[in-house]
Amino acid sequence: MFVRFAPALTIAALIGPIAAGVIGTLLPAFGYFPALAGRHFSLAPWHALFASPGLVRSVLITAFVGMATTAVSLTLVMAIFAAFDGTRQFRIIRRFVSPLLAMPHAALAIGLAFLIAPSGWLVRIAAWAGAPIERPPDLLIVHDRLGLSLMAALIIKEMAFLFLMVLAALPQSDGSRALTLARTLGYHPAVAWMKAVLPRVYPQIRLPVLAVLSYSLSVVDVALILGPTTPPPLPVLVLHWMNDPDLRLRFLAAAAALLQLGLVVGAGLVWIALERNIISLARPWLIDGQRSGHEYATKVVAGAAVIVTAGAVLMLTTALTLWSVAESWRFPEVLPPTLTLTNWQSQIGAAPTPLVASLGIGALASGLALVLTVGCLEHEVRFGRRVTQRALWLLYAPLLVPQVAFLFGFDVVLAAIGIDGGFGEVLAAHLLFVLPYVFLSLGDPWRAFDERYRWTALCLGASPSRVLFRVRLPMLLRPLLTAAAVGFAISVGQYLPTLVAAGGRIATLTTEAVGLSAGGDRRIVAVYAILQMLLPALGFALAVALPSLAFRDRRGMSTGA
Amino acid sequence: MTHDPRRSGVPISRAGWRWAGALVLAVAANIAAGSALAQPRAPDPKDWPAVLAAARSETVYWNAWAGEPRINAYIAWVGEEVSRRFGVTLVEVKLADTSDAVAKVVAEKVAGRIEGGAVDLIWINGPNFASMQQNGLLLGGWAEELPNFRYVDPARNPLVRSDFTVPTQGAESPWGMAQIVFYYDAARLKGPPRSIAALRDWACANRGRFTYPEPPDFLGATFLKQALIALTPDPSRLQRPVSDSDFAEVTAPLWAYLDALRPCLWHGGRAYPDNQAALRPLLADDEIDLAFAFDPSAASAAIASRDLPQTVRSYVLDGGTIGNANFVAIPFNAAHKAAAMVVADFLLSPEAQARKQDPNVWGGFTVLSMDRLSPADRARFAALDLGIATPSLAELGTPLPEPHPSWMSRIIEDWRKRYAAN
Repeated sequence: MFVRFAPALTIAALIGPIAAGVIGTLLPAFGYFPALAGRHFSLAPWHALFASPGLVRSVLITAFVGMATTAVSLTLVMAIFAAFDGTRQFRIIRRFVSPLLAMPHAALAIGLAFLIAPSGWLVRIAAWAGAPIERPPDLLIVHDRLGLSLMAALIIKEMAFLFLMVLAALPQSDGSRALTLARTLGYHPAVAWMKAVLPRVYPQIRLPVLAVLSYSLSVVDVALILGPTTPPPLPVLVLHWMNDPDLRLRFLAAAAALLQLGLVVGAGLVWIALERNIISLARPWLIDGQRSGHEYATKVVAGAAVIVTAGAVLMLTTALTLWSVAESWRFPEVLPPTLTLTNWQSQIGAAPTPLVASLGIGALASGLALVLTVGCLEHEVRFGRRVTQRALWLLYAPLLVPQVAFLFGFDVVLAAIGIDGGFGEVLAAHLLFVLPYVFLSLGDPWRAFDERYRWTALCLGASPSRVLFRVRLPMLLRPLLTAAAVGFAISVGQYLPTLVAAGGRIATLTTEAVGLSAGGDRRIVAVYAILQMLLPALGFALAVALPSLAFRDRRGMSTGA
Repeated sequence: MTHDPRRSGVPISRAGWRWAGALVLAVAANIAAGSALAQPRAPDPKDWPAVLAAARSETVYWNAWAGEPRINAYIAWVGEEVSRRFGVTLVEVKLADTSDAVAKVVAEKVAGRIEGGAVDLIWINGPNFASMQQNGLLLGGWAEELPNFRYVDPARNPLVRSDFTVPTQGAESPWGMAQIVFYYDAARLKGPPRSIAALRDWACANRGRFTYPEPPDFLGATFLKQALIALTPDPSRLQRPVSDSDFAEVTAPLWAYLDALRPCLWHGGRAYPDNQAALRPLLADDEIDLAFAFDPSAASAAIASRDLPQTVRSYVLDGGTIGNANFVAIPFNAAHKAAAMVVADFLLSPEAQARKQDPNVWGGFTVLSMDRLSPADRARFAALDLGIATPSLAELGTPLPEPHPSWMSRIIEDWRKRYAAN
């Protein structure tokens, strides 16, 4: 029964909140919000929006950060593949990318701020190494007006995401054989990748690239920690207005949220236009038969990107760890003079609630997502219907529509029909963002499963359900757990969905970390950031360890299904 | 170091003064629709045993600004004590901004929820109190009936009855006193500026070494008010509500001052710290030379927690600094009013107040008057070492009164237009 309805349920879980949310944003944006005495449609919210000081700059900064982040991270990922695909270094890079993807955005942003602030670790190290620095330089680095530090944090994370997406797309686009063929024709490996593989891979990763674009345009938590403040990026403005006790600002906020949606759509169209231009500009180069060119520059850029990213991530993780056990750590001390566990005891020993909330919501959301995904995939198996391109767009919808454009509206709609926020709403909001990742993660291994096992079991008289539970699921334990771990990591990192859906009543590690990051106690912020990183890591560790334990006397399963 | 509910208090625009319209309309619509029922009777604090009996086994949802770990730890202690003594369970709803709780109560009233509200107790003062009071969102007439209110002496400390000039009318119970103090590292800075005018001269002679939190942050807004009181020709005008007719005239000296100060600020005034707590690490890391807080024991507390070095000292500007009281209030529709009163009363007890004033715990100044206490309770306070960096009561002097809350909202709005949007 469940399998029959799984696709419908999944689509409802994905599209319901977004559709309800966009309507709940659309109506107030045009003045209709009966609970706040808005009973007539009007353009007043838009007049108020365009009259609000600093709006133009907010929009321009947001657009710049979004486009530049996407372009830079995509270019760097391409350079890394071109320069390193198939080399020994590539396997090392690959190993490094998954943990980076699991690291929540907020934790990375907090760590990066510790690193690059004028009194941060880098300047301290420089001063310690003898640079003539007596005082922290009066430079605006964190919260800089162009959003460069915001971009830096986003690029690190989006590179990891795009890297894994390219990796997943390679087998489907037959990339490795094309690469081999081009190389035997005498193309330099980097050029071979650019000319033979990239044109095949790009169409496969187009949706992920657009998701990166949308995310970078609409990110809230990283922007709060690193982004410009006078004025802030557009999504942060929406958040401020939504939370203002002057409830009439909700109309203005709804209009701004719609503007955000328009910005994402506009940027997406510009991006697609750019794609077209680049393709036509690149065509002569693709077919000019040149076997080499710029491969040295590619290698330098890619190598620098890898080294800088890896160095930054390692250093910021170290800085976070040190802060979490520092008693005090003042400029220009390179290392904290005394270490202590009090920060951990006072936060986690005394108040484990956010930890429990993160664990509980993450486990439930990824569990639910797993059930729905398995239902959908089993539906495919039993009824033989493959996921179409259109269905893939549905799956990507939560990643393409900006969060601020529908989350508040979703909340409004639920309130209007008398559902009062709380845990269920948070779970639904998390599920929305967890589901696509779980689905993308599990889809390929599921479809790669050798159907002959299923036929054999059916021929032996097992029912379809029994085949599912006794044959397929146990054999797919490893990818199942990996998908669950991916979903869990995504859930742990969610900021805005938790904040909006819970109305501030449920605190998770992420909401605490972002909330505290504005304050003064970096030791405690570091504790939350570290925990935020540890939980997903723990999930992935379990996903590796449990199958090994379960299959310890099954040698055939030791490499995975 | 501390903060108070005010940090937040300030909405981006003239919130308190502008909600009224929408709110009244919406509420009127609800009443017209017949959804308003007679309110259930609130517990009467004059019959305290009855309040205690009603409170037992109730849960109080206390909405409090939670940006300061030591304050959260103190609230956790209060929770243990009221549970042990009165069987009341205390849940701290941690707010990034007090106005979130105000918005929650507003939303409940708009939705016609006149009992069983989600907020039982709010840490509050200033514009948040003024707007809640103005919109009838608070339970009134209970605070001065609490048994422990006998230790408070409103004649000596009028601020406990006048919240930013707005009469409290028993709708909020005083919890703590606060006053602006400046602090600096005496090992680095000799002779810090002692007036608003001297501050600008000093800042511009030492560019990039001073800043203030970005309004609408509470402390940032209070800095603006402090400067306004010092600069405007007739400060007594600020005790009456703002009006369009003379706003430009009264505030012109402030904007001239800020225009001159801005290029001398940390990062040239292109970014500002978020709040009071964010100033502390800037001073600790030598990014700035002078910081300030709305709490006389802020520097001592930060020394105790190893955030700041032993050589930090604090002082008050010549001519005094702004001070005020902060309070706890009960929303009109609170689900657990009796238990909320029990918590408010416990907060006023000499034991809880003395613990709060201990800089090793929090360092928040008491609202009690020493001469109303028993000798044993007086001894509790006398035994406290307020910390090396805390000014004495004589040094603090008489705090300057807060302007009427309407000034704050209006100044913030103009500040954002001038400095946050280009």
